[in-house]
Amino acid sequence: MYLLKLILRNALRHKLRTLLTVLGLLVAILSFGLLQTVVDAWYTGANSAAPDRLVTRSAVSLVVPLPVHYRDKIRAIDGVRSVASANWFAGVYQEPKNFFPQFAIDPATYLAMYPEYRIHPDQLRDFMRDRKGAVVGRKLADTYGFKLGDVVPLRGTIFAGNWEFVVRAIYEGATPKTDTSQFFFHWEYLNETVRTRAPQRANQVGVFVVQVSDVSRAAEISATIDAQFRNSPAETLTETEKAFQIGFIKQTEAIVIAIRIVSFVVIFIILAVMANTMAMTARERVGEHATLKALGFGPGFLGGLIYGESLTIAFAGAGLGVLLTFPVADWFGAKMGTLFPVFEVSTETVWLQFTCALVVGVAAAVVPAWRAARVRIVEGLRAVG
Amino acid sequence: MSQSAPAVAIRHLTKTYRRGGQVVPVLEDISFDIAAGDFVALMGPSGSGKSTLLNLIAGIDRPDSGELRVADVDIMQLDEAGLADWRARNVGFIFQFYNLMPVLTAMENVELPLLLTGLAARDRRERVEVALGMVGLSDRMTHYPSELSGGQQQRVAIARAIITDPTILVADEPTGDLDRASADDILALMDRLNGELGKTIIMVTHDPHAAQRARRTRHLEKGLLTD
Ligand SMILES: Nc1ncnc2c1ncn2[C@@H]1O[C@H](COP(=O)(O)OP(=O)(O)O)[C@@H](O)[C@H]1O
Ligand SMILES: [Mg+2]
Repeated sequence: MYLLKLILRNALRHKLRTLLTVLGLLVAILSFGLLQTVVDAWYTGANSAAPDRLVTRSAVSLVVPLPVHYRDKIRAIDGVRSVASANWFAGVYQEPKNFFPQFAIDPATYLAMYPEYRIHPDQLRDFMRDRKGAVVGRKLADTYGFKLGDVVPLRGTIFAGNWEFVVRAIYEGATPKTDTSQFFFHWEYLNETVRTRAPQRANQVGVFVVQVSDVSRAAEISATIDAQFRNSPAETLTETEKAFQIGFIKQTEAIVIAIRIVSFVVIFIILAVMANTMAMTARERVGEHATLKALGFGPGFLGGLIYGESLTIAFAGAGLGVLLTFPVADWFGAKMGTLFPVFEVSTETVWLQFTCALVVGVAAAVVPAWRAARVRIVEGLRAVG
Repeated sequence: MSQSAPAVAIRHLTKTYRRGGQVVPVLEDISFDIAAGDFVALMGPSGSGKSTLLNLIAGIDRPDSGELRVADVDIMQLDEAGLADWRARNVGFIFQFYNLMPVLTAMENVELPLLLTGLAARDRRERVEVALGMVGLSDRMTHYPSELSGGQQQRVAIARAIITDPTILVADEPTGDLDRASADDILALMDRLNGELGKTIIMVTHDPHAAQRARRTRHLEKGLLTD
């Protein structure tokens, strides 16, 4: 109790200095948390991938389509439970900056494979019945104010022309980590239109999503699928959904690495500031430390005072920084709209923030505590007066 | 501890400082005893080694050679931790500039040495109140040092020095920073601690007026004891 009181009063001795240091820590821990959350958001797709889902794409490149008739051949392979297809549509809603993912799917099989997209049965029925119908995620609907029955016009890029869809269903995420920023519509509608506008591009899909009945056989089944189409004009590459997502993220890995580096640089800078604060503090108190030693207090007590004060300041700043991370992340996530499908501060991020505070608090106190332990009493006492 | 043993026994004590490769002798072959219950003033011009000698006796500095026993303990044989422990139990410090913790109240400052005793908080508090009463500061217990006069601060420091009932009290220029009236108060208080409570006190001073209060005066001159 006594020691805690002494630590607290010491921390508050130079109120302005402590306040500025706490503010610096707050900003650093907050920035660190936000940057960490950005990195997490980047990996959302990979982290929410299901182990029983495989993705089959063209072995040449993701942008090269596959013939739709592969579906039946894949479905016939032993261990395959279900096969769905998806085409990346890349339409523009009003302005290019309004980005959200759009997929043309074969609705019955595709949606059944993603139980994490929760759709009301009535809405699902309405969607299935409407050739131009679309299913939109909750976050997407909220961002652009889409309501059931709304007509959503998209300007095609990969598939030229103006397209119109009617919102028939809104899906909710099973967990906060579920991506609800997507837009799904009928592949049949896409294919019919393409058939009239560009017949040579008809009957093609972007990827097949393959659900396996036994997760432990995923690698074997992937190999069987690819073997099936080897030496054909459209060879395939099959991998788990997670590997597929990570491969997708890999393209932007440099940005993620840069963000990670910046987040640690921020912590390093605040460590330097904090170490300076503690060094100044300890230097001013040489006389007091010498007095305490004369009275019989050992290096352990002095270390306790110095580490305690450093950690108190570090955790005060970190505590406020963590508290602020949540509202700021919410605000930032809302501002970013569907660019980051999921922008959630993870428990892991909070732990990392507190770990940073611990490291900063301890590291800043190492040298001052070591000096205080070594100061010779007679020399320290001369500093008084 | 035998009844007859002196509080402090010093034999052939020497101390040198090294300054830029040069060896500067500070104390040369000092020998004398201080009886238990005595009140000794160490006098001498500035730089004669008074503080150095006091620091050796108090166990916050180490001699080069000689013998130094305090209350029959050969403190030269103790290691750092042992010496710190010994100081906590045997030495009460009174400094020229009081050396109180500015963030602690008078009570808390006096309580500080008791943290090393394992005494319960309630017992500590009781003792602190008695000690502050003894130095006449019962009405200033929750004041911070900055809210007290120099003389009052020194009285808090004296309460802190006696709180653990140490074997010796060491005071380095205890009135050096005080006006005459406050200095007289402090000296009267030390006189009472010696006379009424039988405390052994060793006080460094260059003020003859202060030295008069002691029972005995020893003079240092350039590191040598002259009487
Ligand atoms: N740490 C030190 N390094 C070098 N010389 C010192 C040191 N401490 C004291 N001295 C020297 O020792 C001598 C005695 O000092 P001190 O005991 O403080 O004298 P006094 O208290 O009598 O004024 C002085 O000449 C002083 O300069
Ligand atoms: Mg001196």
